[in-house]
Formats: sequence, structure tokens, C-alpha cells
Amino acid sequence: MSDTMRSVAGASNRQQGDHPSGDNRFDLVDKHLKRGRYAQDQLIETLHVAQDVFGFLSEDILVYVARALKLPPSMVYGVATFYELFTFDPPGDHSCTVCTGTACFVKGADEIVASVSNTYNVPAGKTAEDNSLTLKTARCLGSCSLAPVVVFDGDVLSHQTSESTVSLVGAALGGDA
Amino acid sequence: MAAPIDLHEVTEREREERFRTRWRVKACASTACQSAGAGQTIKAIEDAVEAEDMMLEVQVIPTGCMGLCSAGPLVRVLRRGGDKAMYQKVTPETGIKILKSHVLDEETLPEHEIDTEIPFFSSQERVVLANGGVINPDRIESYVAHGGYLALEKALKTMKPKHVLEEIRTSGLRGRGGAGYPTASKWSLLAAAPGETKYIVANGDEGDPGAYMDRTIMEDDPHRLLEGIALAAYATGANQAYIYVRAEYPRAIERLDRAIRVARRNRLLGRKILDTKFDLSVEVRIGAGAFVCGEETALLASIEGRRGIPRLRPPYPTEKGLWGEPTMINNVETLANIAPIINNGGEWFASLGTPKSTGTKVFALAGDITHTGLIEVPMGTKLRDIVEDIGGGVPDGKGFKAAQTGGPSGGCIPAKFLDTPVDYDSLRELGSIMGSGGLIIMNEEVRMPDVAKYFMEFSMDESCGKCTPCRAGTVQMHNLLQRITDGDGTKQDIRDLEHLCSVVRDASLCGLGQAAPNPVMSTLQYFRSEYSALLREEVAHG
Repeated sequence: MSDTMRSVAGASNRQQGDHPSGDNRFDLVDKHLKRGRYAQDQLIETLHVAQDVFGFLSEDILVYVARALKLPPSMVYGVATFYELFTFDPPGDHSCTVCTGTACFVKGADEIVASVSNTYNVPAGKTAEDNSLTLKTARCLGSCSLAPVVVFDGDVLSHQTSESTVSLVGAALGGDA
Repeated sequence: MAAPIDLHEVTEREREERFRTRWRVKACASTACQSAGAGQTIKAIEDAVEAEDMMLEVQVIPTGCMGLCSAGPLVRVLRRGGDKAMYQKVTPETGIKILKSHVLDEETLPEHEIDTEIPFFSSQERVVLANGGVINPDRIESYVAHGGYLALEKALKTMKPKHVLEEIRTSGLRGRGGAGYPTASKWSLLAAAPGETKYIVANGDEGDPGAYMDRTIMEDDPHRLLEGIALAAYATGANQAYIYVRAEYPRAIERLDRAIRVARRNRLLGRKILDTKFDLSVEVRIGAGAFVCGEETALLASIEGRRGIPRLRPPYPTEKGLWGEPTMINNVETLANIAPIINNGGEWFASLGTPKSTGTKVFALAGDITHTGLIEVPMGTKLRDIVEDIGGGVPDGKGFKAAQTGGPSGGCIPAKFLDTPVDYDSLRELGSIMGSGGLIIMNEEVRMPDVAKYFMEFSMDESCGKCTPCRAGTVQMHNLLQRITDGDGTKQDIRDLEHLCSVVRDASLCGLGQAAPNPVMSTLQYFRSEYSALLREEVAHG
């Protein structure tokens, strides 16, 4: 198959990295759509890819995916909002995820969430107003032997306490926290 | 089309490779040990092997979970044809010390050594986890060298589909996802279903907080799962399979994707498997954080790319499943049991465990217990043996209060039932369930109404909203539990709570709602005084 034939309908013969939307990140979404042959049952996978690429799902992205898969926007919106892992707000500069699975709960994860939330004035599940920090809770990260577990900017930290997590977040945010 | 893999030749080659060096260092590279720093440890050992010019003497092999996660990173050193030693909490520096002490001085390093004779290891019976800490999950050759895909070869070349099914029936295997439905009965429903198109789904949506058995199987022994799926498909006449994995398990998704590609290249999946007429295509589908998708009809909706909302059964998925075609859903651990059953025979499997709950069960042991990690024991093992011997008891001199099984769908078992054998039926009699295998130990300081509230909050958040008893009932039960744990509850609140429990249990559409009251009912049954102690003093009305 030639490159032209493989490109999205209506955008023939364009160079990679020259997306008509003006945002080249859509190329990555297109690539996934093509690999899945635009099958409608690929919706959830496509939303994952889009969220990986953009960091969150804006209305534009949802409409884009809906048109590409020939699905009603209401269905795409319905699916995206049903699943916990899809997010519609841009993430903060740092992310702190506290596991609230049973083992972590038994070992005091709730207190960790409350301390971080109070100290840095960010409700659980939200991003601080100055966009410095997103505080999330996770159902279970499956690392129960390390409870309580906190994931800070992608690093898994074991046996956390309120103090250790608060000071860690404080260090990352710098003096202006 | 490339020639299929020659299992016996690969096994022979691997054997030679195994005996090539005098020492083998096996390092657990599973998720828990990784979080404890296994990545750096393995790198340090590998670098030291190179720096000390020991390449002809030592090979370093990253493996899957060795079980005792609380002592990670774990490392085993094996001498050719001889002794083995296991080490705990191996930092990069300790790793290098261990290496040198074995290779240069022919001595172990006792201060970091773990005694593998302790009950944590000696009381286990590893069937599902047999390859954990043994094989390198990234190499199909490593799986093959430990008997991998022999069961598939045996089935395809010497057994008819109905004989495979018969073997599973003899084994007495029951679904490991929680409910314990006989696996052979499910398989025969799919086998008997009319039509050409049939699907198999491996349920890896391990949503119970505190459970990570399935993740470990998918990450550390992905080919074992694929072989189980292939055997199930052969026995039932399916040609397409999906593995539904939680998005929270990126490593499992990556490993499975890779294992599928490699298996296809070796003609263990795809068309004309091992040069027989059997075709099977396997695909990974990813969830997106919805607990309800563990329910089979919700899971099917999610695979189709829709909202994961359950529907009424019947029709059961084996009649009308994915895209309206007959579909069978099996739990990951269930499927991981299939290859050993075909290799060793159904009777061998039935000889493990109890007559009604055969085989073994993997548990994720966590909470207030000395040894946390992944364990596998014969069905029917006493809870006391798991907690006190294997788990090493409750630490810090505190007392045992309860064992929680089955997550948000299960219950809390108090100390007086510690001698109960752990099997499907005994746990149900106690008001709990086997569940998928999370086993959380709680010490005397844990307030049980808080635990009930914790699980109710979970069920409330995860209710899909389709049916009213679950959608509204879980909210009301949570409100009542909030009031009680805040010290504002009344006797009437407890009566209301009990009433709601039975309504939600009896009237909900799917398993999520039906089981949501279990944590409340079991804590009310066994720890009622804790609820009463929290009640507000009631003013007597004239």
C-alpha cells in the first residue's frame, strides 16, 4: 500500500509531522487508528493513546476520535466519562498518586491523602490552582507488600508516612509551595 | 510459513546453556522487587560480572516473582549441580558482595541469607507459580525448557478436544475468579454452542484492592496463560481469544503483547498451530479503570469499546457474548492451571486440595502480617497455617483481629474461625467468599466499622449506576456508615443498615451490587459490639 493510500481520508500526500489540525501530536493518534483499521471497538484503546499523547482528553480530541471511528460524539463522551482513568483537565507539573487499596488503607493511606491535600491545598483527584501539583488516589497498585505506596512523578515509593510524603512533595515543589 | 518451534530441541539447547557456567544468579525482577530497587541491583551485579571478568563463570538471569515480596529485592545463587542460596534486601553493594563471596571464596553471605526451610517457603505447594523465580519471563525458550507448551503439543497431536475437556472435568478445577463455578461445565457449554464463531476471554481485570495474583501470572509467566488459552480454545472450538487487562498493569500488557508476537512467530499461535489444523488468534484488550468490568457481561461490553455496564443473564455469554456470538470468560489463574492439568492428568490435580475444592490457590498476603507476598497453598489449608506459619503472624506484638478475603465482595473472618479450611464452601458459610485471592490481615487496632465504610465507599464509587438498588443503596449505606463511624449513629441506623443490606443483596442486577453488602454484614455479624460502642447516647423519648 502506498503512503498516500494509507493516509487519512482528505489529507492526501502530506508529510509525516504536518497534520492538518496544526498539531502534529494527532499523527500519533492517526497511526494507532490506522493500525486498528478504524474498528469501532478500538475506541477505548484509541482514547488511551490520545491521553498518553496529549496528557488529557479535550473536547476537540473526543470529537476527532468520534469522527475518525464514525461514532456519535455522545457515545465517545459516554465511554470516556465512564472510565476512571480518563481525565479531562490538564495535569499539574508534578503528580502524586496515593494508593488507597486495602493493604494501604489498613496502614494509613487515608492520612497521607489528607496531609498532602491540606498542606498543599489541593483536593484529592484535582490539580492545585497554580497547576503545580495533581493529587490522585489509586484503587490498588498491586504492590501491597510495600504498603502504604505513593507514586510521585512516576517513582514508586514504599512504606510512606504522612510526613515522608509531605516533605517529598515539598522538596519537589521548591520553596514556593 | 516458518517451521514451528521444536520444543525438544529448544529444551536441549537450554539445558546446555544452563550448565555452561558454574554459577547462575537469579534475581527477582518482578514489580514489588523493582519498586524496592531490583533494577539497580541487577545492573550492579551484571556490571561486576563484566568488570571481574566472570562472564564464563556466571550468568545473571532476571526472573519473575519469588514470593516473599516484603524482603525484596530477592536474589538466588545456584551452583551447577549443587547448592543454592537465597538472599533478601539485596542492595547493589550487597549484590556485588554476594557475587564475589560465592565465586571467589566459595562461601555464602550468611548475614543476608534467607532460610528457605522456613514455613513461608516449605508450606507452599506451587503449581500456578511453579515458574516464579525460575524462568526469565521475557524468553519463550526459558518457558519451554521448563516444560512449556508440551501440554499444547500433547493435546493437539494426541488428544481430541473432548478428551481435553474430560481431563479438566476429572481435575475438578473451579473458576479462580471468585465464584468457583466448575470450569469443565463452562467449557462444555461453549463446546456445545452452535456456530462457527466462538470467543474465549481471559479475565485479567483484577480489580479487588489487595489482589495481584493475576498480574503476577501475566507479567512473570505470560506463555503459561497463552498455553492455557490455546488449550481452552482447542477443547471448545474457539478460534479467537481476548485477554482483558487492567490499564493499571502496563507491564503485564507489554509482556503479553510481546509473548503473543513471539508465540505466533514460533507457530504456537496463529494459523496451523504446530502444523495441525488448529488456528487461534489472541489479542490484548485494555481496561480503563472500572471495577465493574470484572463482571463478565460488563467486561464484554468493554471489549466491544462500550461503557462497561452489565446486563441481565440469561442469555449467558456462552450463548450470546461478544458481538452476539458464544463467548466463554475464564479467570487468568484458572487458565494458568490448564497446562499442568493436561501434562500431569486430571487425577493428579484432583489429589491436591479437598474433594470439592481441588488444586491450589494463590493468595496475595498483605496487611498487618510479618511476611507479605504472594503464596500458593493447597485448597483446604487452614487459615491459621497461612497466617501464623506462612505469614509469620501479626508483627509488633499485636493481636490478630480479622482476615479479609474477597475484597469489596467478601467479608472479614474473626480469630475464632482461624481453623477454618480455606475453600470455596467453607468461606461462603462464614459470610465471606474466596474471591480472587486477596488476603488482608488486620490487627487489633483496626476498627471494623471503618473497614466496612472503606469497602462501601469503594462499591459506591464503582457502581455503574444501571440498577437502583446498587446505585442508590450503596450511597445510603455509606451515609449510614459515615454517621455511625462519626459517632452520630443510632440503633435505628443499624437496623436501617441491615435492612438495606438485604435489599441491595437481593435486588441488584449484577455481582457488584449483590456482594456489596458482604463487608457490612460480616462485620456486623462478628464485630457488632464495635458498632454498638460507636452509637450516640439516645435520649429516651417520653
